[in-house]
Amino acid sequence: MKRVVVGPFNRVEGDLEVTLDVEGGAVRAARVCSPMYRGFEQLLAGKTPLDALTIVPRVCGICSVAQSAAAARALASAMGLEAPANGRLASDLVRAAESAADHLTHFYLFFMPDFAREAYARRPWFDAVQARFQAVRGSAAAEALEARARLLDLMGLLAGKWPHTLALQPGGTSRAVLPHEKLQLLLTLRAFRAFLERTLYGDALERVAALDDAAALAAWRDARPAGASDFAAFLRVADDLGLERYGRAHDAFMSVGAYGPDGAPWLAPGVYDGALHPLDPASIDEDVSHAWLADDVPRHPAQGVTRPAPDKPGAYTWCKAPRLGGRVVEVGALARQVVAGHPLARDLVARGGGNVLSRVAGRLLELARLVPEMERWVAALAPGEPFCADGALPDEASGVGLVEAARGGLGHWLEVRGGRIHGYQIIAPTTWNFSPRDAGGQPGPLEQALTGLPVGDGEAAVLVQHVVRSFDPCMVCTVH
Amino acid sequence: MPGDSSAGGRLNVLWLQSGGCGGCSMSLLGSKAGDLHRTLAGAGVELLWHPSLSEASGAEALEVWRACADGRTRLDVLCLEGAVLRGPAGTGRFHLAAGTGEPMMAWVRRLAARARQVVAVGTCAAFGGMSSGGGNPADACGLQYEGDAPGGLLGAEWRAPDGLPVVNVAGCPPHPDWMVETLVALGMGALGPADLDRLGRPRAYADQLVHHGCPRNEYYEFKASAHRPSDLGCLMENMGCKATQAHADCNTRLWNGSGSCLRGGFACIDCTAPGFEEPGHPFAATPKVAGIPIALPIDMPKAWFVALAALSKSATPRRVRENAVADHPLVPPGIRTAGRK
Repeated sequence: MKRVVVGPFNRVEGDLEVTLDVEGGAVRAARVCSPMYRGFEQLLAGKTPLDALTIVPRVCGICSVAQSAAAARALASAMGLEAPANGRLASDLVRAAESAADHLTHFYLFFMPDFAREAYARRPWFDAVQARFQAVRGSAAAEALEARARLLDLMGLLAGKWPHTLALQPGGTSRAVLPHEKLQLLLTLRAFRAFLERTLYGDALERVAALDDAAALAAWRDARPAGASDFAAFLRVADDLGLERYGRAHDAFMSVGAYGPDGAPWLAPGVYDGALHPLDPASIDEDVSHAWLADDVPRHPAQGVTRPAPDKPGAYTWCKAPRLGGRVVEVGALARQVVAGHPLARDLVARGGGNVLSRVAGRLLELARLVPEMERWVAALAPGEPFCADGALPDEASGVGLVEAARGGLGHWLEVRGGRIHGYQIIAPTTWNFSPRDAGGQPGPLEQALTGLPVGDGEAAVLVQHVVRSFDPCMVCTVH
Repeated sequence: MPGDSSAGGRLNVLWLQSGGCGGCSMSLLGSKAGDLHRTLAGAGVELLWHPSLSEASGAEALEVWRACADGRTRLDVLCLEGAVLRGPAGTGRFHLAAGTGEPMMAWVRRLAARARQVVAVGTCAAFGGMSSGGGNPADACGLQYEGDAPGGLLGAEWRAPDGLPVVNVAGCPPHPDWMVETLVALGMGALGPADLDRLGRPRAYADQLVHHGCPRNEYYEFKASAHRPSDLGCLMENMGCKATQAHADCNTRLWNGSGSCLRGGFACIDCTAPGFEEPGHPFAATPKVAGIPIALPIDMPKAWFVALAALSKSATPRRVRENAVADHPLVPPGIRTAGRK
């Protein structure tokens, strides 16, 4: 048996190292290491609770708005405060814009460039894919970055700036929209839609969103002429390389539900493992048996603690291992769409579970569904009506904020004592997906997804990269 | 290979990340300077490796680092994004550079010794930033500062071969233009010691105050103040706004099209300054003594401020007074009915 250490992984957010035990040309076991620790949960302790709004976005520069939203929601629940409809819509729009930008960044800048690597030089599609998607030099990056920058104009208007806005407040948002600004928001979304329809999909968003099974997706792919759709180009590569056979994890998918009013979100919460189950956040706990952290038993995050123990034997990461009722679950766009019941996502998972193909397709399916939804939210904004409600925070309180970030469920658990933050625990999406083993030895989703993978030189070596990046990891969030 | 020392005429840039959130890179990607890659290439900037953008991963990436560290590839600019993490107990093990087993702190020290310039991207790399807040659990510091105290990883005396200290493109995050313009200026050989302020920040943006160009200036003039998030009034008196003390051009060089913190309805927290992460008061509240904010506009004598504020408050027009505590203008400016004279 040979032990291979892979890192640094670039084109992921933050620093990541993976150790593979290889035998007979395949991975026998994988250990995922998040090698950086900053201690945000520690540095929040003792602060004025509202300071969390300034501090937690800085956990992560790629999903800072999601962190804001989770903090705002945790504070709102501690204050018993509900945002007016405008505030909710504006906050959803800001969050959706961040997710849409993330999906775009992932596809064009992080994921696709691996197919332009020399390992694939003999494939018939290589020249076209290299010209289009090669890192830095490919023609797609400039177009995608321009579309992304234009989309983020929505942030400038609704949130002041991105990343690290303070516009998301417990009671709504700090930036009301005037009638002419509502039109500007619509025009921004229209420009983004035009890019997606012309370049990414080569088709109307509604037609992509209406694809209802793998056969329909294949037929759609075959109907797109070469060069007319970047998504179809990916699907052809995926078909040729059999990407649906790689990167399967535990096939239990969790979503905390996303967008819209509490109780009736646009994307419903739940757990899906072939059947749909309700989500019980009380059954979440975090195990630190293999993390460089001191603790004795798994704890619910409301009782969670974070104490570094860098010399702990048997530990190999700073990441805790969150489990749902003891189970390993996968989170992300695919999980969201599967739980919410989209027929294409359900069919892809029925055929091959979570894998490199279904995760990427899930992300692009979500993007096609999200933008028309955002257009509806803008239309529903009512200038002149309030955007932010007022409230007071009790000196003794606790609150929970569960939101879906681009990469999956994000939870903040807040406890206030004597008017100060006593406890603050964060479980980020990549904490779920890149968790280490738990006390029972169960590997986390990526560890499982890498197990059995053929590795070697050339195409086999780059497979590891596809599997890792299919999750779109965000390492700075993971251990914060 | 790209960046070979025989290439000549190019600015070889290696970009590393440590104790930060990646937000500086994410902000950079929002650049409106057309095609970011072509803009940088046009200024002679060759990104040897950037964690979010480059193709090379794993062993190939490490080979780029090593070639720079042992002088086989000329390293013109080392950019560090995120703070240096020195903990636990000075070992740097809170950030072991993936695939190397070595603290990132050691890599940064080694590469900085080879680099012709060192650029701290963002307030974490410059001064420690948010990563050094609270009790500073990871023992974070900046490249050449620890808060506002010179020192940091490289030491107060460190200078590049041409005499420049670490260039501190401070901001949490920095505006994309601040990063692009600094790299372009370095590529053109157009950034000298006189172009940096006392804290090593490029004066191109740091010689302005966030207050300049603030759309709430009329509210400021009359001290017509916001009381709640989403109010239109001046954010200085109650909401913790430090725009009158903060060095940056955020309100004349807008963010993401039309934005700035104040345009977004929230206070400037002076994120380009050392120590912004620990203001000594809640971020969104203004500390006061006898009703007067303790931190007054820079360059302004307190007595004058107090006198002028009292006078202007008493002269506040109804329009300004009422709109200050609304989330959209309730009273439009009047229209003169008398004939012109």
